[in-house]
Amino acid sequence: MGPVTAGVLQLLALIGALALVHIPLGNHMARVYSSTKHLRVEKWIYKGIGANPDAEMTWPAYLRGVLAFSAVGVLFLYLLQRLQGLLPGSLGFAAIDPDQAFNTAVSFVTNTNWQSYYGEQAMGHVVQTAGLAVQNFVSAAVGMAVAVALVRGFARSRSGELGNFWSDLVRGVTRILVPLAFVAAVVLVACGVIQNFSGIHEVGQFMGGSQQWNGGAVASQEAIKELGTNGGGYFNANSAHPFENPTPFTNLFEIFLILVIPFSITRTFGVMVGSVKQGYAILATMATIWVGFVALMMWTEFSHHGPAFDIAGGAMEGKEVRFGIGGSSIFATSTTLTSTGAVNSFHSSFTGLGGGITLLGMMLGEIAPGGVGSGLYGMLIMAVIAVFIAGLMVGRTPEYLGKKIGTREIKLAACYILVTPALVLTLTACAMALPTPANSMTNSGAHGFSEILYAYTSAANNNGSAFAGLNADTQWFNTTLGIAMLLGRFVPMVFVLALAGSLAGQRPVPVTAGTLRTEKPLFTGLLVGAILIITGLTYFPALALGPLAEGLA
Amino acid sequence: MNNSVTNTARLLGAGLRALLVLTLVTGVIYPLVVTGVAQGLFSDQATGSETEADGRVVGSSLIGQSYNLPLKGGQETPDADLKWFQGRPQNGLGANSVNTRYELILSGATNRSGDNEELVQWVTDAKAAVIEDNSVPGYTVEPSDVPADAVTSSGSGLDPHISPQYADIQVHRVAERNGLPVAEVEKLVDEHTEGRTLGFMGEPRVNVLELNIALEDLVATR
Repeated sequence: MGPVTAGVLQLLALIGALALVHIPLGNHMARVYSSTKHLRVEKWIYKGIGANPDAEMTWPAYLRGVLAFSAVGVLFLYLLQRLQGLLPGSLGFAAIDPDQAFNTAVSFVTNTNWQSYYGEQAMGHVVQTAGLAVQNFVSAAVGMAVAVALVRGFARSRSGELGNFWSDLVRGVTRILVPLAFVAAVVLVACGVIQNFSGIHEVGQFMGGSQQWNGGAVASQEAIKELGTNGGGYFNANSAHPFENPTPFTNLFEIFLILVIPFSITRTFGVMVGSVKQGYAILATMATIWVGFVALMMWTEFSHHGPAFDIAGGAMEGKEVRFGIGGSSIFATSTTLTSTGAVNSFHSSFTGLGGGITLLGMMLGEIAPGGVGSGLYGMLIMAVIAVFIAGLMVGRTPEYLGKKIGTREIKLAACYILVTPALVLTLTACAMALPTPANSMTNSGAHGFSEILYAYTSAANNNGSAFAGLNADTQWFNTTLGIAMLLGRFVPMVFVLALAGSLAGQRPVPVTAGTLRTEKPLFTGLLVGAILIITGLTYFPALALGPLAEGLA
Repeated sequence: MNNSVTNTARLLGAGLRALLVLTLVTGVIYPLVVTGVAQGLFSDQATGSETEADGRVVGSSLIGQSYNLPLKGGQETPDADLKWFQGRPQNGLGANSVNTRYELILSGATNRSGDNEELVQWVTDAKAAVIEDNSVPGYTVEPSDVPADAVTSSGSGLDPHISPQYADIQVHRVAERNGLPVAEVEKLVDEHTEGRTLGFMGEPRVNVLELNIALEDLVATR
C-alpha cells in the first residue's frame, strides 16, 4: 500500500468514526442543554456561584454573564502567571513578563491558545494544570453555551429568553467535557502520553550522558486541548512532541477528538430546532468543505512543490516519520478548519499552497466544522447570509427555520462577518508598514509576509496555530495579537447573542410553497458557495501576496 | 449609577466564584484523578516509556537521541558516530536555535519554508553527507536512494523514528564499522521495522534507539 492510499484510508476511518458517534453524542448534548434537572454536584456548584440556574436570561443578561466570567478568567490567569515565581510546583520558573502574561491569559480565555512562550521552559505545573488547562475546559464550555443560546433563539418564539448562562456553562463542563476528556486522557496515557508530576530530571542516554526531561500532567491536558478545540501544547512542539502524540493511532484519535464535538453539535442543533434534517444540511456543508480541503492538502503535500522539497524528494521538513505526509495533512487541515491550532507538523514548512490552505481554513471563519460551539454559531450566521442572498434573488423576505431575516437580523449577521477580516487586514497592514515587526520573521519574501498574515489570521479567528518562524514574543506582537484575540472572540459573540435575542422574540412564520427549503442539498450547495465567495473576495489580495506567490513560483 | 456599579460587582463576583469552583473541578480533581488512574494502570507509559539496556535506563522509546562521537577540540557540533544507526538530521542543520537537536528541554521545528535558502542548503548538505557516509567499498548510495526523512528535520526535533528506506541505506556502513555480515544487519533492520498500525495508520518506521540496542547486543554476542 502506498502512502497516498494509507492517507485516504485514514481519512475514511475518521469519517466512519465520526458518523458512528455524532448521533448519540449530538442527542446527548441536546438532552444536556434541554434538561430541567440538576445533578447533585451541579447544585453544589450553583450554590458556590450563588446563581439560580433556572432563571431565564434575555440576551443582554446572557452576554453580561459571558463577559463577566471571561473578564475574571483573563485577570485570574494573568495574575497566576505573574505570581508564578512565588507559587509552589513551578519547577523554578520565574514570573512571566507582563506583555506575555497578558497575551497568554487572553489567548487561553478566548479559546485561541496562541503561544508566544516555550511550554517546557516557562510554565510550571500549577500554571499549566490549574490555569491553562482550566481555561481549556471553560472557554470551550462558553463557546458551546453561546451556540446553544443562538439555537434557542431559532427554537423559541415570542419570549426573548435564551436560557441561563451559568447553567449552560456548568453543564457543558460537568456533563460533556469532563467525562469525555477523562476517557480520552486514559486512552492517551495507555498509548504513551505522559501523566506525572515529576520535575525536570535527568534520564540516561544510549551514548552516555543524559537527557533532561520535564514531567507534567500532559495526558489530562492533551485530551481537553483537542476536545475543546483549544490547541495549546504542553510542550513547544505541541502534538508533534512524542510525549503528546506518540503513535499513528493517537494521531488519528486526537484528530477525532478535535472534530467530534463540532460535527456532533449539528445534531444537537437539529434536535433542538425540531428538525434533524436542518442539522444534516449544516453537517453536510461542514463536511463538504472539510473533505475538500483535506483532499487539496494531501495533493499539494504529496506533490511537494518547492526547491528544498524537490532536493529532499518529499515535503518531510517539520513532519514526523510516524505520521507521514497523510497523517500530517489531515491534522493540519482539521486544526485550521476548527479553532484548535494544535499542530502535529509545522505549517511554516508545508508547501506554499499547503500553507495557503491552512490560512484559508482559518479565514473561512473556522466553521467547517469550526471550534466547539463557535463553529456552529459561525456557520449559522453564514446560513443567515445565504438565505438573505437567496431571498434577494427571488425577491422574497428571507426566512430561516421559521424566523424572518429582517433588517435587524441581517445587520447583525453582516457585522459578525466583518469583525475578523477588519482585524486581520488592518493589523497585518500596520505590522508590515512599521519598521520593527518585520525583524521577527525567520523567512523572507512572500513567506515572511505569510508569517505575519498567519499570525493575525490565527489570533483574530481564535485558532492559535502559527507559521512559527515568527518570533512573536515581542511587545508589539504580544499586545496586538492579544487585542486581536479579545476582539475576535467577544465582538462576534455580542452580535450572535443580539441576533439570538431578536430571533427568540419573533413569532414563527408558517412554511409556505415559497419558503426556501434549507434542509435540501440545494441549500447546502448555496451555503458552500456563499462561504467560499465571501471569504475569497475578502482575502484574495492578501493570499495572492503570500501563499499564492510562494506556491505558484 | 451606584446601582450599575453594584450590579457589575455582583456579576464579577459570581464570575469569580464560578471560576474558582470550576478550577477545583477541572484544574485539581480532574488532573489528579487522571494521574491516579494513569499511574495505577499504565505507570510505564505515564512516566515516559523508559527503555533499559543492560539494566541501565538509556532513554525513552518515544524520544529520539543523537549517536555522536565526543566533541573534539574546536568543534561546535560533534561528528556522528557511524558505528551506530543515525536518526534524522541534527548537526547537518547548522547553528539553529529553534531545532532541538534531540535535547528534550526545548522541542520544536526549523520552521523554514520550502524556498528558504538556508533550508535548501541544509538539505543539499545533508544529502551529500548521507551519500558519503553510507557509501562503502562495494556499495554506493545513489541520490535517488535517499528518502526525504534522511535529509529533513522533524516537527518536534525529537523524532525517534526513521523510514525503513533510510535504515536500509545505512546497513552496509553499520555492518562494515562493526565487523558484521551485511545479511545479519539487514535481518536486524527487518526485525525492527514496524508497519502501519492496523495496516493503514501512519507510515512504516524503524525505532533508532531500539535498533541500536539490538545492534549492541548483536556485537556483544559475537
